Amino acid sequence: MRIASTLTISFRALRRNILRSSLTALGIIIGVGAVIAMVSIGNGAKAQVEAQIASLGQNIITVFPGTATTGGLRGGWGSASSLTPEDAMAILNEIPGVVAVSPELRDRAQVQASGLNWNTQILGEGLDYLSIRTWPLRDGNMFGEHDLRSFAKVAVIGKTVADQLFPNDDPVGKDIRIRNIPFRVLGVLEPKGFNFFGQDQDDAVIIPYTSHLRRVTRRTNLNSILIQAVSPEMMPAIQEQVTDLLQQRRQGREPDFTVRNQIELAEAATATTKTMTMLLGAIAGVSLIVGGIGIMNIMLVSVTERTREIGIRLAVGAHGREIMLQFLTEAIVLSALGGTLGILLGIGSAQLMAHFNGWATLISTDAIIIAFAFSAAVGVFFGFYPARKAAQLDPIDALRYE
Amino acid sequence: MSAVVQLQDIHKTYDSGEVKVHAVRGISLEIHRGEFIAIMGASGSGKSTLMNLIGCLDRPTRGSYLLDGIDVSALARDELADIRNQKLGFVFQGFNLLSRTTALENVELPMLYGPRRVSGREMRERALSCLEIVGLANRADHFPSQLSGGQQQRVAIARALANRPSVLLADEPTGNLDSKTSVEVMGVFQRLNDEGMTIIMVTHELDIARYCRRNLIVRDGRVVRDEPVADRLVSAVEMQKLIAAEASAKLTEAI
Repeated sequence: MRIASTLTISFRALRRNILRSSLTALGIIIGVGAVIAMVSIGNGAKAQVEAQIASLGQNIITVFPGTATTGGLRGGWGSASSLTPEDAMAILNEIPGVVAVSPELRDRAQVQASGLNWNTQILGEGLDYLSIRTWPLRDGNMFGEHDLRSFAKVAVIGKTVADQLFPNDDPVGKDIRIRNIPFRVLGVLEPKGFNFFGQDQDDAVIIPYTSHLRRVTRRTNLNSILIQAVSPEMMPAIQEQVTDLLQQRRQGREPDFTVRNQIELAEAATATTKTMTMLLGAIAGVSLIVGGIGIMNIMLVSVTERTREIGIRLAVGAHGREIMLQFLTEAIVLSALGGTLGILLGIGSAQLMAHFNGWATLISTDAIIIAFAFSAAVGVFFGFYPARKAAQLDPIDALRYE
Repeated sequence: MSAVVQLQDIHKTYDSGEVKVHAVRGISLEIHRGEFIAIMGASGSGKSTLMNLIGCLDRPTRGSYLLDGIDVSALARDELADIRNQKLGFVFQGFNLLSRTTALENVELPMLYGPRRVSGREMRERALSCLEIVGLANRADHFPSQLSGGQQQRVAIARALANRPSVLLADEPTGNLDSKTSVEVMGVFQRLNDEGMTIIMVTHELDIARYCRRNLIVRDGRVVRDEPVADRLVSAVEMQKLIAAEASAKLTEAI
C-alpha cells in the first residue's frame, strides 16, 4: 500500500473542500472543547471542596464526651463531663502516630474592647491547635508553653472578631475583656471563611485551654480533644487505640466518650463532586458523540457525492484499501484537527469562565488526553463505515454514477 | 507481430436475478501494437461490456484474455487495478476529471497510485510533459471548470498518458463534444497513434470511426464485421475543411 501517496491524496481532497472540511471539524471542536471545559469546571469544584475539607484540619480524630444521665434524663452526646486534660496528654504520649493533640473547650461570651462589644465563641485550645487546623496567623504570635502553664490572660482572635471590635485599629497588643476579665491580644488569624455547616470560623477568640478552664468556664473537664494523626491510613488504627487507651484509663467503667473522625465527611463531599464531574463529563461526552455522528454523516454524503471520483481513482489503479485509507485518513485528520482546536477552545473557555464567573476550574491533562484520544477514535469509528462503503464500490458503477 | 490485446472466446454473462443477460457471446480478437481501432455497435450490442473487459474493469465469465502477454482473465481485484494503472490509459465520454483540482493534479493522479513512489517534482515534470503532448501545458494550473469541453478531454488524455500505458482506451471520447472539438480531439489521438500508441475506442458515430485504422462492429455480443478503414479521415484535413466552411458561412452572411 502506498501510504505516503494516500496521505497526499487525503490532504488534497480536504483542501479541495475547505468549507465542508471545516464544518465537519466544527462538530468535534465543540465536542472536545465541551468535554475539557466541563471536566475542568468539575475538577475545579472538586479541588475547592477538597481544599475546604483540608481547611478543617488534616487527619483529625475528635474525642467527644459520652452521655450523662441525671435523674432519668439522658443528656445526649457531649453531656458527660468525662474528658480531662490528662486524657489528652495520655493520648499524645502513649499512642504512636499521633502528631498533635489539642484539649478543647467551647463557650460563648460577650467580649468587649474599646467601647465596642461582640458576642462570640470562646475557644480554649492547646498549643498545636493552629497547626492541627492548618490555620496561619496574619499578625502577631500564638500563645506559648509558658502562657499555658501560667493560665495567662492572652488570646488570639479571628478576623471577624478583630473587625467587629477593632474596626480601625491593629488589635495586636490591645486588651479585650471576656466576662470582664482582660485578655491581651497576641495575634490575629488569617480569614478561614465559613465551614460546611455555615458557621463563620473567623468569629472566635482562642485562649489557652488552661485559662479557659480556670478563668472562663471554671470547670475541670473538656468539651473535646482534637487529635491529629500522622497520615490518613493511620486513622482507623489510632481511633481504635484512643478508644482502648481511654477505656483503660476508666478502669472498667461504662465508656463515657465517643471517638469520631472526619474521613466520612470528606468522602461524602468528594463523592458528591465526583458525581458532578461525571455528570458534566457525560453531557460533554454526548456532544462529542454527536460531533462524531456529524463526521460520519458528512463522510457518508461525501462518499455518495464523490462516487464518480472514487470510480476515477479505481479506474486509474487505486486499490480498494487505498480508497478506504483515503477516506479514513480524511476522517481522522478532521477529527484530530478538530480535537486539537477543541483542546484550545476548551482551555480557553474554562479560563474565561474562571475569569468572569469566578468559578474555580482545573484543567486536567487526563481530560485533554482522553478527549483527544476519543476524538481520534471517533474519527476512526465513524469514518470506517463510509470508508469501507467507498472501497467496495465497483469501478464501472461508480464511473457511471450521476 | 505481437498482439497487445488477445481475446480468446470471451463470454460475459450478467446474472441479474431471474434473467441471465448474455452480453458478450464468444468474441475472439487480436489487436496489435500501433493499431487504432474503433469498436462500434448500437446500444445493448455489448460494445461497452467488451470495452470494460478489455479495460480490466470487469472479468470475463469465460475465455482468456492476454494483455501484453499477461493472462488477466483470472486476476484479483487489486491485481487488475495495478494492470489498469500500468498498462492502460482511460479516456471517458464525460471527461471524469476531479473537480476543484488543477489540470496538473488531475494528470498526476495515476502516478499517485503507481507501484513506486514518485517524488513530487518528478510527478510534476511528467504531468507537465503529458500536458504538453496535448498542447495544454499553459493551462496546468486551471481547474476543469475553467476549461472548455475539448480542453477538459485533452487533460483527460494527458492523464491517460501519465503512466506511459501500452493501450489507450477511449469510451465515446467525443460524445460530449461539438463537431469541431471532436475533430480536434481525434487529431490528438491520430498524432499519438502515429507515434506508435495503440488506441481502442468505442463510438457510435460513423464519421468519428473513420479517423481510426480499423473498425469493429459488434451486434448481440458478437463481432459481425472487422475491417480496415478504407477512406480514412485525417484530422488536419478535416479541420481545414471545417474552418473553410465556417469562413464561407460567415462570408455568405456578410454578402
